[in-house]
Amino acid sequence: MAPPPGGASTSSGPDRGGLRDDQVSGAALAIAGVLIALQSWQYPIGSLAEPGPGYLPFALGVALAGFGALVAIAGGQSPAFRWAQFGDGPKALAILAGLAFAALALERLGYRITIAVLLLYYLGVLERRPWARTLVLTAIVSLGSYYVFARLLRVPLPIGMSGF
Amino acid sequence: MLETLGSLATGFEIALQPQFLAYAFAGCVIGTLVGMLPGLGPLAGISLLLPGTFGLSPTAALIMLAGVYYGAMYGGSTTSILMRIPGEAASVMTCIDGYAMTQKGRGGAALAIAAIGSFVAGTLSVVGLMLLAPPLAEFAIRFGPAEYASLLVVGLIVLAYMSGGSMPKMLAMAALGLLCGMVGMDVMTGYARFTGDVIALRDGLGIVPVAVGLFGISEIILSAAKAREVSVRQPELRELVPTGAELKASVGPIARGSVLGFLIGIIPGSAHIISSFVSYGIERRLSKTPERFGTGAVEGVAGPESANNAAASGAFVPMLALGVPSGPIPAVMLAAIMIHGVIPGPLLIAERPEIFWGFIASMYVGNVVLLILNLPLVGLFIQVLRIPYRYLYPLILTLCVIGVYAVGQSVVDIWIMIAMGFLGYGMRKLGYEPAPLVLGMVIAPQLELSFRQALALSAGDYSIFVARPVSAALLALAVILLALSVRTALTRRADWRQRLGLEERV
Repeated sequence: MAPPPGGASTSSGPDRGGLRDDQVSGAALAIAGVLIALQSWQYPIGSLAEPGPGYLPFALGVALAGFGALVAIAGGQSPAFRWAQFGDGPKALAILAGLAFAALALERLGYRITIAVLLLYYLGVLERRPWARTLVLTAIVSLGSYYVFARLLRVPLPIGMSGF
Repeated sequence: MLETLGSLATGFEIALQPQFLAYAFAGCVIGTLVGMLPGLGPLAGISLLLPGTFGLSPTAALIMLAGVYYGAMYGGSTTSILMRIPGEAASVMTCIDGYAMTQKGRGGAALAIAAIGSFVAGTLSVVGLMLLAPPLAEFAIRFGPAEYASLLVVGLIVLAYMSGGSMPKMLAMAALGLLCGMVGMDVMTGYARFTGDVIALRDGLGIVPVAVGLFGISEIILSAAKAREVSVRQPELRELVPTGAELKASVGPIARGSVLGFLIGIIPGSAHIISSFVSYGIERRLSKTPERFGTGAVEGVAGPESANNAAASGAFVPMLALGVPSGPIPAVMLAAIMIHGVIPGPLLIAERPEIFWGFIASMYVGNVVLLILNLPLVGLFIQVLRIPYRYLYPLILTLCVIGVYAVGQSVVDIWIMIAMGFLGYGMRKLGYEPAPLVLGMVIAPQLELSFRQALALSAGDYSIFVARPVSAALLALAVILLALSVRTALTRRADWRQRLGLEERV
């Protein structure tokens, strides 16, 4: 998927000084690489001639740290890092929170109840759609999708303690 | 040649069976919808449909998933032309002249040219696939672990190079992807790595939650945040007939786009995206009136649309002949047939001819289905776009939960999907490309196995990777590409990728 043409993904900020996008992301990758390399070092590394299970993860962790460092070093010209570019972050997190609820509830509450709560949350709470429409759509989708997937396509979907 | 035709006839016997026709049709319809809806690209679409194919035979699964793939190529062009919204990335170039044609009242003709171009290119490139894959597979039967390890490394580096962005960023993503692929039990010793005592992670990260998270969830949360209502203008049926002049102007671009797209498709990378950019650049350069490009030149629709469809078929060459995916989409499709116990590789065509030839024949059938679907039924399809995104995205997310859970009956997969969605969101904001990550993840087990097997064969002597000619040639190619990127980075000169506008758009 791509932004429509003319998307401002590469526009650089007018201000000088301060951290740049690539410096922040490069540093994060470098730190991740170092942590992965350290973790891999705990596994049997083997030898150069006979690599063990830790060998390639260690090498890749080092490589990741190296590439991350390169990104950060060469990142002076990238757009200025601003928290404002994550302005849609709260909504993104709210959407992900709904999915996290689904992960927690699916096997406890069962498929139909979980999906119903999820849709009520997205449509009614996040998007503030009219409640009557939200309720009808929620009922149709949670029951209808269960029928299609569990009954017709025989995909095993969880049933919770309540029997739904 | 006669043998090929005989095999193809067998393939048609399979593909024309009512049940396989139905799967091809279903795949094409779902693919067209997937291509049109923002927030669902071909990769997320195929991943979500994967659990639905578990109950099918491998041939049926492959036929349906391939239908989704090239259906999405067609569908993406519809929204690009009518609304200037690329339903999927390969259609970005079509937006420029396609939408300009719509504004001039020639949107219907642009849709028709796109569909005809896609049909011609799809059909021609299936011929290419049919002729090229069997001899390539025969050649690759002699490949040992050293060749495979080198081939996989080159695949990743070519992908990173062709994507046109910053090479260190691409390689970092490839390394991260390889590391993701190493989560779980070591292929040779069974030692558990990076599992954090979560038993479900011992089998590794699944491709479906990772692909749906990176390509689906991240796109949805970005689109939902800036959801806007769109107005769709439905073209009249009589507008769909292109004029003689439009048809004549499209012949060259369609022919060139078909050949170019197929060849680029074979090379690892986001081929369907790159091929449409390259085709647009070439058509503009070849045109006697390049100034018309951007104002509704039919060549700017015909070329890229043909190229991206041809590339979709080209990408199947390494997948079917070598068992090596050339990008994230073939990677997921390989995973799909492996679930059915089919072992991909050079022996696939010889051992399971019904899969290969049934698949080839179904692609011919699929192209006809798509031509029929996309021209007369375009009005029906765009009704879907009238559903406001605030209603649509909760439904798509519900599908993601079902699809991801159904693969392994595990909520851990939903957590992986959420984590990958979050990661993908950050990556998109900060200019990172998810394709090398997914490809790296898929090939990691095979790469690690081949690498360690090769060293076991040579008693730990690394010269095995350069002593064998095919392996040495592949590694030389990787070194050349890396050197070219370093040169570009050091001299900061615009290379061919920037001149074609790849840097900004992919």
